[in-house]
Amino acid sequence: MNTTTVTIIGAGQAGLAMSRALASRSIDHLVLERGEVANSWKTERWDSLRLLTPNWMTRLPDYRYRGCDPEGYMTGAEVADFLGAYQQSFSAPVLENTEVRRVGRVGEEYVVSTSNGDLRCRAVVIATGACGTPKIPSLADALPGHINQLAPIHYRNPEQIGSGRVLVVGASASGAQIADELQRSGRDVTLAVGDHVRLPRTYRGMDIHWWMDALGLLDEKHTEMEDLNRARRLPSLQLIGSPSKRTLDLNSLSATGVELVGRFAGVAGSKAQFSGSFANQCASADLKLGRLLLAIDQYATDKGLDAEVQRPDRPQPTSVPAAATEVGLADFSTVIWATGFRPNYPWLNQDLLDHKGAIRHDGGVMEQPGMYVLGLPFTRRRKSTFLDGVGPDALELADHLHTHLNTLART
Amino acid sequence: MSIIETNAADNGVHVEALLGAREAMTAHPAAAQFRFGTTNEWVNGTHSRSTVKDFFGVGEAQTHRQTYVLDTDHPEVFASADNGPTPPEMVLVGLAGCLTAGVASVAQNRGIQLRSVKASIEGDIDLAGILGIDSDVRNGFGSITVNYEIDADASREEIEAVVAQSQKRSAVFDIITNPTTVNVSVA
Repeated sequence: MNTTTVTIIGAGQAGLAMSRALASRSIDHLVLERGEVANSWKTERWDSLRLLTPNWMTRLPDYRYRGCDPEGYMTGAEVADFLGAYQQSFSAPVLENTEVRRVGRVGEEYVVSTSNGDLRCRAVVIATGACGTPKIPSLADALPGHINQLAPIHYRNPEQIGSGRVLVVGASASGAQIADELQRSGRDVTLAVGDHVRLPRTYRGMDIHWWMDALGLLDEKHTEMEDLNRARRLPSLQLIGSPSKRTLDLNSLSATGVELVGRFAGVAGSKAQFSGSFANQCASADLKLGRLLLAIDQYATDKGLDAEVQRPDRPQPTSVPAAATEVGLADFSTVIWATGFRPNYPWLNQDLLDHKGAIRHDGGVMEQPGMYVLGLPFTRRRKSTFLDGVGPDALELADHLHTHLNTLART
Repeated sequence: MSIIETNAADNGVHVEALLGAREAMTAHPAAAQFRFGTTNEWVNGTHSRSTVKDFFGVGEAQTHRQTYVLDTDHPEVFASADNGPTPPEMVLVGLAGCLTAGVASVAQNRGIQLRSVKASIEGDIDLAGILGIDSDVRNGFGSITVNYEIDADASREEIEAVVAQSQKRSAVFDIITNPTTVNVSVA
């Protein structure tokens, strides 16, 4: 059996950041990757997707974006290349095409069983990401058989989608972007809108992420949250990264002809039912956006930036159409479930998981000594799932892991 | 002696108890399983009487402080005796009661003192549905509008946020806006 000190599962941004942090501490480790480095970026992203954060917000331990377009947004392929270059920059020890089948505990050590044999180690870091397995509601089973159903990780481009109307469920970044792209390609798209976080791409001439970074909102720590579970459940930001820096919101989707309806709530015979709570979903998102922009204005004034940035350009309130609560499904050919992701760890002991299958952890430190997780929503800070945010988590968890190994060595 | 800064707002909502229950039910999901019910008996014509007394929750049988009796009927314009509100009006009563309870609770939790909360609720209904005149018309309300007049120590945005949050956490708002499976049987 092969041995190492630490096994990292997953060679995406989280796994590589942790690898870099361990290498800096001279801790022997291996990174197991089911496919290739940056696998999901290569195989589970649609063609037109770009990062939601500007290029300058790409800071990993000892590595950052140094290209010529700091204000732009990387494509999925560019992210994959970036992560590949990161791996090569410090020769991260990645074992590709190695699937983890089981993580078991033997005394104070771990045995990681893989498709390429077993690996004995003293600590395990789970870095498989937050976007592995789509969360698809049981409503999917009630849809008529003629409807083709898919999740964003299987969507590539409009050509792949048959003719006929398309229902996109979920108005976070994925759902809003895919609805926009399909409508512009000539499809008739209906978008079911639940809880969502509305943001303009730019405000007062600056990228919204520049403001959020400046205000320190992305650095908020898990220990500072009054309701951490709620913070972890927050839907992803309704944004698009594009060269034109355009804003993607319900108003812009309406303007392109997308039919907006409430949360997808039921199927009755051949009709889809949508929640009557749509107006409140929009009102809530607008109020939340208003509070953020107010905080930004306050910050600009406090820092004496008012003369340097543009004048406040508040987006229009969401114009709420008289949304249908029932829509016949006969004309629909496709339903795209942009309803987020669910935890899926069949290779972990179930007693490490909560009743909904999620890993129990405190800021990435799992209950079993020597086990860690990173890259999940709000692992240690608001930006934990960002390419720009997993680095600080990795450094802090590497310190914790280092201390743990020293404790083991003394006993 | 230490001075503890307390939340000055008092809307008569025991927020600490609610937050305590939330914590306890997070740890013990079974305690969160409640069952509400009513019994109903026909009186005469369209008049019937519902009684609310017992319910189940926190793992055991519970009883209201007293038995509540609610009559429903139809108005004279339907050639009925009008011994009580119509059942659809009772639904509006339920929505109003639920949202306003939410407004008080959310405001208290956010330290907002309420001075007065008034709501008017209207539901538009086309009787072509229940009378079977037009099969394209639904039986129930086509739409419901709720308008709040709230006097409180808060900005307009804060009050709007309280009302929005109340809808997000309202049982009856959810019951009305989302489909619910209903099974009716005959003994």
